[in-house]
Amino acid sequence: MTQPGTAVWFARHESRLAWRDWIGMMTGGRRERRRRVAIGILAFVIFMHLVAYYVVGRFADAVLDKQLLVSITTTLLLSWLLMVSQAMEAMTRAFYSRADLDLILASPVAAEEIFAVRMATVALSIATMALPLAAPFIDMLVWRGGARWLGAYGVIVAMGAGATALAIAMTVALFRVLGAKRTRLVAQILAAAIGAAFVIGLQITAILSYGTVSRTDVLASPAVMALAPDAGSVLWWPAHAVLGDLTALAGVLAFAFLLLALAVAMVAPRFGQYAVTAASVGNSPAGRAGRAIVFRATSPRRALRRKEWMLLLRDPWLVSQTLMQMLYLVPPAVLLWRSFATGGGALNLLVPVLVMGAGQLAGGLAWLTISGEDAPDLVATAPVPAGMVLRAKIEAVLTIIVVVFAPMIAVLAIASPWHGVVAACGVLIAAASATAIQLWFRTQAKRSQFRRRQVSSRVATFAEAFSSIGWAAAAAISAIDLRLAIAPALLTLGIVAGARALSPRKSA
Amino acid sequence: MLQPVSPPPLPLALDIRDLVKSFDRPAVDHLDLAVRQGEFYALLGPNGAGKTTTLRMIAGLIRPDAGSIRVEGIDALADPVAAKRVIAWISDEPMIYDKLTPEEYLEFVAGLWGVAPALAESRAHELFSWLGLAPHARERCETFSKGMRQKVALAGALVHEPRLIILDEPLTGLDAGSARQVKSVLRERAQAGATIIMTTHILEVAERMADRIGVITHGKLIAEGTLEELRHQAGNAGNAGNAAGGANGAATLEDTFLALVAEPAEAA
Repeated sequence: MTQPGTAVWFARHESRLAWRDWIGMMTGGRRERRRRVAIGILAFVIFMHLVAYYVVGRFADAVLDKQLLVSITTTLLLSWLLMVSQAMEAMTRAFYSRADLDLILASPVAAEEIFAVRMATVALSIATMALPLAAPFIDMLVWRGGARWLGAYGVIVAMGAGATALAIAMTVALFRVLGAKRTRLVAQILAAAIGAAFVIGLQITAILSYGTVSRTDVLASPAVMALAPDAGSVLWWPAHAVLGDLTALAGVLAFAFLLLALAVAMVAPRFGQYAVTAASVGNSPAGRAGRAIVFRATSPRRALRRKEWMLLLRDPWLVSQTLMQMLYLVPPAVLLWRSFATGGGALNLLVPVLVMGAGQLAGGLAWLTISGEDAPDLVATAPVPAGMVLRAKIEAVLTIIVVVFAPMIAVLAIASPWHGVVAACGVLIAAASATAIQLWFRTQAKRSQFRRRQVSSRVATFAEAFSSIGWAAAAAISAIDLRLAIAPALLTLGIVAGARALSPRKSA
Repeated sequence: MLQPVSPPPLPLALDIRDLVKSFDRPAVDHLDLAVRQGEFYALLGPNGAGKTTTLRMIAGLIRPDAGSIRVEGIDALADPVAAKRVIAWISDEPMIYDKLTPEEYLEFVAGLWGVAPALAESRAHELFSWLGLAPHARERCETFSKGMRQKVALAGALVHEPRLIILDEPLTGLDAGSARQVKSVLRERAQAGATIIMTTHILEVAERMADRIGVITHGKLIAEGTLEELRHQAGNAGNAGNAAGGANGAATLEDTFLALVAEPAEAA
């Protein structure tokens, strides 16, 4: 039994909360779903091992050369940036959630110690979240190539610690430079940009150099090989650690934990002060005064649409999520620009990317407008038919999709009218399908629950994802041969119809 | 000789007949309730008595299992849109949009109720002034305290000049100043002819403001009338001596209320 008030005792408390939070997220708060979730995870693990067998199995006995070091290092860097992105989100949440802040600060225990444990728990959770995705690949490498690959597990732990250290430093730096009020939004955007920037940068380089979106073409290029340092360079230590070099592994772990310890030691004494400042952001007596407005003549339907657009534009979570999606549209835009100039055949690649992006964006927007209604009683007691409210909300979503995607489709249509038509139809159908799924599975929630919207219905989440993928595939095939697209289109229609049949609102 | 012509009787502001609603158990059980136009009616009852469910059914937020609801003569179940035109609903948890300013919020509400923009704008500024919101009318509501948020919700509810104002615990969590502003606006609306139905656990508010008080428990209306009439009913229920009698014979509403709700609870 641990002594109450000690760091170990608090670590147990934090771990218990994190575990219950995760279980709650996976089961939607329903105990009876636990068995199904366990079976689902087991199936996922088996499936990922099969995928890993085909993806990395052949690298198990790879000979150590510069090419291999570049590949491993790039993969690690990419994963690490995603971890930094997740850690920044976690740190922002830790700063801005009032939760037990008053209790901790009012208790007789050393708050500094508790906050240090809290930050260490973030590092642990970041590494733990990465393990289920990385483990199948590492396991396959160990099975095919021997125990030397076990070092990769240590590297993941080190990456979690290093990512958290950087996230702590960046969040605190933002806090000091921008202040508590702006940090939340900027940190969200920065987290999204960090997660996407590296892969997008590689894709853009690949497009400009080789005319494809494949980053492997760039990494294997003679130019990169010439620039890469010798195999003995400290830059390759993480890659050497993955390959089983114990000295390199010890070095990487020591460096990462030193960084984390430094960050925690510097921030823990001020964590409470930062959190109190952040928590009081929403309670300041006077906010920023906006401009005076003149009440305009409007219909209830127009009033609803305008309200949705204003709220969407002012939603910090949506801004970061949408920014991420928009960033992923940058490579196709570059590809489009390059194809336009050279008359290349890469336009077929663009169509599914646009269609998929539209489906995903529409799903998020539809959840915010339909389920994330912060004043449901007001809208429900307004003298307007419920159907009109829903129609106005759907119009608000689809208008945004049209505004976002129309310029790219217009340029695409100039390059190839057929591709333009296919992309336009695909974008509209994917957006309409995602919106319809959100409509059928609508719940009453707060907009602030947007990040956890998947919890409300796994069926809706998967149906939305598979419908976007399906329509993207159908559009890609349509761009080449319309007749061949009938089968994937019917399959996707089946997915959407299946979602409708399983939805709790068949009558909607 | 000509008989004096009496004016036609005004329709009741609210006429509920045989209203039933069950969730896991009956929440509202064959409830009859009539509220006259221009009346300030307080609906009291212990937690779980069915007050909020009743008000939510009147506001059109949930549909009853059986019974009828007429608002200003309109069948609210057959024509909910027409009924909603004259109703305002305010709950204890103010539901407003954090990212809108009070001005933008009221413009949106006015749009939903189809109020002419010039009229809505002048009413909005009048309400802001009454409720002390004028200095904050252009700030986003995300920075507001509970009291300020409740006042924004109240301003939104009143911008379309409703004839029936339904309030569910509107004073919960408000400081003394905010509570006084809210009460003053409600009093002004009642004087202007609006009908007000309010639930509250602050019995002093009901005692001071209400023309009539209804006591509901287990989904049934067990007593109704002015405070004096309730005292009589509590006395007839056999509890006057202990609870409703008070030290000098003039029972407070609290004494009376406790005597009324204790009787069925004890019988159960």
